[in-house]
Amino acid sequence: MRQRGPAPAAAPTPADPARAASVRALAEQFTDLRGPLLPILHAVVAAHGHVHDDDIPVIADVLNLSRADVHGVVTFYHDFRRTPPVAHRVSLCRGEACQARGAQTSYTAATDRWSASDDVEVAEVFCLGLCAQGPSGQIDGTLHTALTPERIEALTTGWQA
Amino acid sequence: MSTAWVSCDSAAVAAGADAVAEAIAAAGITVRRHGSRGMLWLEPLVELETEGGRVGYGNITEAEVGPLLDGALDDTDRCIGAVDDHPWMARQHRVSCARVGVIEPTDLAAYREHGGLAGLLRAIELTPEAVVAEVTASGLRGRGGAGFPAGIKWETVRTASADVKFVCCNADEGDSGTFADRMLIEGDPFTLIEGMAIAALAVGATEGFVYLRSEYPLAITTLRRAIEICYAHGILGESVLGSGRRFDLDVRVGAGAYICGEETSMLESLEGKRGEVRAKPPIPALEGLFGRPTVVNNVLTLSAVPMVLADGGEAYAALGTGRSRGTQVFQLAGNVARGGIVEADFGITLDTLVNDFGGGTASGRPVKAVQVGGPLGAYLPPSQFALPMDYEAFAEAGAMVGHGGIVVWDDTLDAAAMARFAMEFCAKESCGKCTPCRVGSIRGVEVIDRVIAAPDDGVRRTQLTLLEDLCTTMTKGSLCAMGGLTPMPVRSAIEYFPQDFGIPDDTTQGARS
Repeated sequence: MRQRGPAPAAAPTPADPARAASVRALAEQFTDLRGPLLPILHAVVAAHGHVHDDDIPVIADVLNLSRADVHGVVTFYHDFRRTPPVAHRVSLCRGEACQARGAQTSYTAATDRWSASDDVEVAEVFCLGLCAQGPSGQIDGTLHTALTPERIEALTTGWQA
Repeated sequence: MSTAWVSCDSAAVAAGADAVAEAIAAAGITVRRHGSRGMLWLEPLVELETEGGRVGYGNITEAEVGPLLDGALDDTDRCIGAVDDHPWMARQHRVSCARVGVIEPTDLAAYREHGGLAGLLRAIELTPEAVVAEVTASGLRGRGGAGFPAGIKWETVRTASADVKFVCCNADEGDSGTFADRMLIEGDPFTLIEGMAIAALAVGATEGFVYLRSEYPLAITTLRRAIEICYAHGILGESVLGSGRRFDLDVRVGAGAYICGEETSMLESLEGKRGEVRAKPPIPALEGLFGRPTVVNNVLTLSAVPMVLADGGEAYAALGTGRSRGTQVFQLAGNVARGGIVEADFGITLDTLVNDFGGGTASGRPVKAVQVGGPLGAYLPPSQFALPMDYEAFAEAGAMVGHGGIVVWDDTLDAAAMARFAMEFCAKESCGKCTPCRVGSIRGVEVIDRVIAAPDDGVRRTQLTLLEDLCTTMTKGSLCAMGGLTPMPVRSAIEYFPQDFGIPDDTTQGARS
């Protein structure tokens, strides 16, 4: 998945020892696996919401990799977000099958609707495997089909603009 | 009636099946959750067990559960009768998906009752050479899109020597318009596991991985549960069904990169690296995961294997047409009235799929085009709908069967906009390793923008020539199918829908030369 908005700024906060210990413990759980880096990064995102710049040297140390190796992997994949998650997330499919059912209209409406909000993130995804029932998307993690701008509005009622 | 069946497939859940199931259970009826039948335009579909079979009711909402259970919907068009006898279902030939939507996904006893494990038991009795020979005789080709014969790949791995060999299932089904892998894993995961175990025995592999995309959370949960059950019953682990041969299987979750559907990118990703494609040779069958001989097959390829072993390669080869043997699981998607899974022998025409099964567009407007085989496949107009589903016939027409996905568009399609989108998508999802794909796709967006905005025919022609050159460079120079096939939707859009690019019909030469 892709995040909207500018690239994350360089780490503004000093290293957090508690977080570093947690990330190290997470990483050490996977060292017996073949190819442990992706499972580790998924675990870090699941536990902490994102991969912080300070996590990278910790993981590199556990796996005996260079920081550049880990950084390269983190930045390659859309799932490994670099900034803390915001309160709400609307992920809308922009794949061809959903576009054939009007996904562009919903996507444009949602991005316009929430462009000024710090609490809501609108992301594009390419295919949730609901291609016969589009436009599809996830609203705070829940799958929905047949999304129109009106339905998205109804499903996000009460969110901070 | 005491039992109701409600799908637990993502496509049903996203349409509201969970709330319907809860309401039925609250009324004191036993609810069983199965995979989806693939009649996606009817989800949530509730099936009530009767003496005459499982009777289906389409598009049931939570509020309608009361009337449904009272029989108030019996004489309306919401009741479709016995689901097995519905013409849309009865006309199909379900082989790989025979159990999908019929049994509960992780009910191992039901799996065996419906023919499961017969293929694996037979494979254990045969020598590895004989197992590969059955697969070769079946004519089974890779369902991931390229259509490479599975038997040849397996034989290469079988005869390679190494300390360890792997079987990898590529379940990173990222193509828009394809969802068969997801439905099979969510609806009948044991079939995939059985196919992988057979592959492992055939080639001498002891470890396997399913690389499953993170966009399919329910599939991940279901497959992990199924693998646990297989370990508990000795189907996986140190002695596969008492054969004395080990096979361990693990699920690895992708991280949102389309390119990892390409086999070498997937291997890099499994190794914990950036998902960049590898140059071939060496082929993965000789130097695959961690440099070891590796079978890499798609979900549907591996899921066809249990039937090939259970019934014999000859029986499978008897289905299909030309060099495309067996069945394909077609996925009707996009703007289609009756979307879903249609499994049929190769050779079925686009017209039958789109108009007979699909019922035309959901919007009710005329069909303008279908895109076959995912985002890298061609846009084809109705004049091409007589094409039989056959790898060679499609290749000859400048198109591809791919993974069997069919995205239907009505007459509001702007083919130029979609050609631009194809380039835009490639630019976003390119792994970046080779220049034709990484840079070519960005230039492709720019050139198409200039074609669309051309002030006169002269400028348009110059830019179209440039675009054609660019397409040739991407096709011939890219390391993998991502850059190599992105020109396919672009060229087909220009060839069949020149008016969308501002080209007068009578001067069309087509972009394909």
